[in-house]
Amino acid sequence: MGMIQTGKNRKNLVFSKRVADLKKFGAAELVLILSIIVLVVVVAIPILLIFWNAFTTADGKFNIKDVIWILSKPETYQALLNSVTIALGVTMLSTILGVFFAWLVTRTDLPFKGAMKLLFIVPFMLPSFIGAMAWKILLSPRGGYINVFFKNLLGIDKPLFNIYGMAGIIIVETMYLFPFVFLQVSGALERMDPTLEESAQISGIDLFTITRKITFPLITPSIIAGALLVALYSLSHFGVPAILGTEVGIYNIPTLIYQKIYASAGSFEAIRTGTVLASILVISAAIIMYLQNLVLKKGRYQIIAGKSMRPMLLKLRGFKIPLLIFSILYIAVTVLLPTVTVFLVGALKTYGLPLKLKHMTLENFKYILFSWKMTKDAIKNSVVLSLGAAFVTMLVGTMISYVIVKMKVKGKFILEFLGMLPFSVPGTVIALGVILTWSGRFGVNLYNTAGIIFVAYIARYMAFALKSTSAALEQVHDSLEEASRSCGATHWQALKHIVLPLIKPGMVAAFFLIFLPALRELTTSVLLYGPTTRTIGVAIYALNEDGETVYAMALASIALVIIVLGEILIRKITSTKEGNG
Amino acid sequence: MSQVNLVHVTKRFGKVTAVNDLNLEIREGECFSFLGPSGCGKTTTLRMLAGFEDLDEGEVIVGNKIFSSSSKKIYVSPEKRNFAMVFQAFAVWPHLNVYNNVAFPLKHRRLSRTEISERVERALLYTSLSKVKESYPNELSGGQQQRIALARAIALNPTVMLLDEPLSNLDPKLREEMRFEIKDLQKRFGLTIVFVTHDQAEAMAISDRMLVMSEGVAQQVDTPMNIYNHPTNKFVCGFIGLSNFIPALIKDGQVITEADPEAGVITTQIPSEIKARRVTLACRPSEIDFVSEGGVRGVIKRLAYLGEIIDYRVQVGSLEIRLQKLRRRGVLQEGATCFLKFNRLHWYEEQEA
Repeated sequence: MGMIQTGKNRKNLVFSKRVADLKKFGAAELVLILSIIVLVVVVAIPILLIFWNAFTTADGKFNIKDVIWILSKPETYQALLNSVTIALGVTMLSTILGVFFAWLVTRTDLPFKGAMKLLFIVPFMLPSFIGAMAWKILLSPRGGYINVFFKNLLGIDKPLFNIYGMAGIIIVETMYLFPFVFLQVSGALERMDPTLEESAQISGIDLFTITRKITFPLITPSIIAGALLVALYSLSHFGVPAILGTEVGIYNIPTLIYQKIYASAGSFEAIRTGTVLASILVISAAIIMYLQNLVLKKGRYQIIAGKSMRPMLLKLRGFKIPLLIFSILYIAVTVLLPTVTVFLVGALKTYGLPLKLKHMTLENFKYILFSWKMTKDAIKNSVVLSLGAAFVTMLVGTMISYVIVKMKVKGKFILEFLGMLPFSVPGTVIALGVILTWSGRFGVNLYNTAGIIFVAYIARYMAFALKSTSAALEQVHDSLEEASRSCGATHWQALKHIVLPLIKPGMVAAFFLIFLPALRELTTSVLLYGPTTRTIGVAIYALNEDGETVYAMALASIALVIIVLGEILIRKITSTKEGNG
Repeated sequence: MSQVNLVHVTKRFGKVTAVNDLNLEIREGECFSFLGPSGCGKTTTLRMLAGFEDLDEGEVIVGNKIFSSSSKKIYVSPEKRNFAMVFQAFAVWPHLNVYNNVAFPLKHRRLSRTEISERVERALLYTSLSKVKESYPNELSGGQQQRIALARAIALNPTVMLLDEPLSNLDPKLREEMRFEIKDLQKRFGLTIVFVTHDQAEAMAISDRMLVMSEGVAQQVDTPMNIYNHPTNKFVCGFIGLSNFIPALIKDGQVITEADPEAGVITTQIPSEIKARRVTLACRPSEIDFVSEGGVRGVIKRLAYLGEIIDYRVQVGSLEIRLQKLRRRGVLQEGATCFLKFNRLHWYEEQEA
């Protein structure tokens, strides 16, 4: 009897637990499922479809033969090789420059170090494709201003430097990507405990040996992390190779994908090639992300200073002024020169005229801003799309981060896995993925509408939102929320009055971190735009392609002004330490 | 023979004078401490001695060699001073194992392989690290990490060993243990040690002589015992050990407290050198007795049992005086009226009101 009683009780217990589970299946599970759905629809399905298209035949059979055939075609093989060569070259150059300048502004007595440090990050703000166009204007073999200047000056026949080609692509990309290394390394050098070096010095070891044997090994993880970021970006970079390579028949993976899709108007063959190349991008990006996590986890020595002291500064003595001049020249050439070129050419009455004031006019800017429907639409599209995507992505990102960081709910690991995907998906891949997903296959056809760009932006910038909102949420200690709950607040009240106000800065940062890059986005939009849905980036690119250089530069000037104002605003609002993507 | 000489050493950071006209002699083979509150200039002084900071004025002379001199424009860089230094944050190199942490500086001195390994093994032996010599610093405790730093310093066989608050990052029990270990090592190797600390107990325990600093100015240089027994000024008296400061007036050869002139006369001999009418008397809590008559009247406000010792707070007018008496001498109750006799007073003259 007793036994039966116990059994029944147990059954009752199990039953009531189920009821509780069912009741519990309220807000938390709903939010989890909602978050999973968003990530699946926005990121996972597009990627899966790319792999599906790449590795199956039309009737759904696994197919590796076509993949190998496509890869062994000279043009795809060459594009792969180019991508890798460019990525390697850019990574090496960026690492050398980044480490050198980082060391210069943190460990030497270089004058104006504070200002120099800010200036070295400025290239981050400038869209690299606009920079590439400026360099094309300056250094194209025939008409480039610098080349023409030296031709006349020296009476030579050949151009001083031909920007078209691998060398030009690598140099220009390096200019805009080296801050990744610079930021990582200067951060590590600043945080490093100076007594690690002082203790070596007082032990009788000279500064050169210390730099080689102590400082360098300790910052190696940061150097590698920065270098891998550069490699990741360069490998899947569209803008610079599109402007400086396509003209002379040099393609990398993203530009070849663009070429295939654009030229063939979406033929099966083109899509197949595109998806195979995109799959390679996704896989290499995933490997790079994995390596980076590994390096950062394994190599993180405890080198944070206990007692804050100024690190020892190497006295540059005779090299002080030359190195200062070198740094200033570097910034002048890589930042100032292209920017000024953009504005000056944008003001020219006709392209090709000498850059003199009498040839300048403000009419171009007026025309672009107020009269020409194409550019007006592009500006409007970009602003609306960026604002919308930033707002939606920020909200969704906050929800997903909240589940990952704060909620204890079964099945969270699915979300954690999905949440990592956006970090390793390049823009070209996203574009291709959303084409496959939203062109009617699932009953929704957004092709050639602004909607398809909108969903692509959400997928592309989800990583930014997740990064900054989860960082903000991690700083809100659980006890704060629990304290308010214990004072009688409901979950929702705790969220609204305690958590949200505390993470608001993180959310605002996320908004701008998405809004500003989206405003100048090219890689994704260029594959997705339709006749009425050009964005600023696309419009500048198309104008440049059509030879409308002056209008391209005028629109680029306007974009630069908006970007710089936005950057100043975000720095004012967030004033956080580092903003790396 | 004196080993280290600081002559008129001055260091300024902008408008702040961190060290002001410091003169100091540190003898060979002694353990010498710089003691003072944070920001008093003790670490800056040590770093000038090490060569990490320039001097604005003065000279640093070690043996008979000038290491730093502002007037003669001489500056010997830290790596050429043949010193060794132990830092608060351990400063062990995380990418080298224990053995290599100690051996690394030796390898750059062109010593023979056998001599390097002999010196490293010896240093590891005396710091009880022989068993973990293959380990990396992050696998070891804070105490062990600091021992690596000590071993590294010993192996260098330096003319002077500099220790910058080496025990502050350790827990209290380990800190006391390490004091003795450092003292032992110093005796065994005959090291000249300069030790910076803000912990007076640590300085007293470890030093042969010490310098008490405040706001960049040397207050007193002497043995720990002499400094405790004969503090030259109010600052030293308050910083080293516990002290009561009693503002007092001298009227017709009698000493009365300012806080309660009616409370009675402090029975004491006025030292002949005291000329002022207003003075501050300093007295250790253990140097005050309860007496049944005479002395200064007060009321016991609070008492706390600290084990063997009872800590009394006695109110005399507006002044609170602290006493520490052994438990066995009998216990007075809170609220009781009592009379105080001051045994060893230190006199400091004050300006007339």
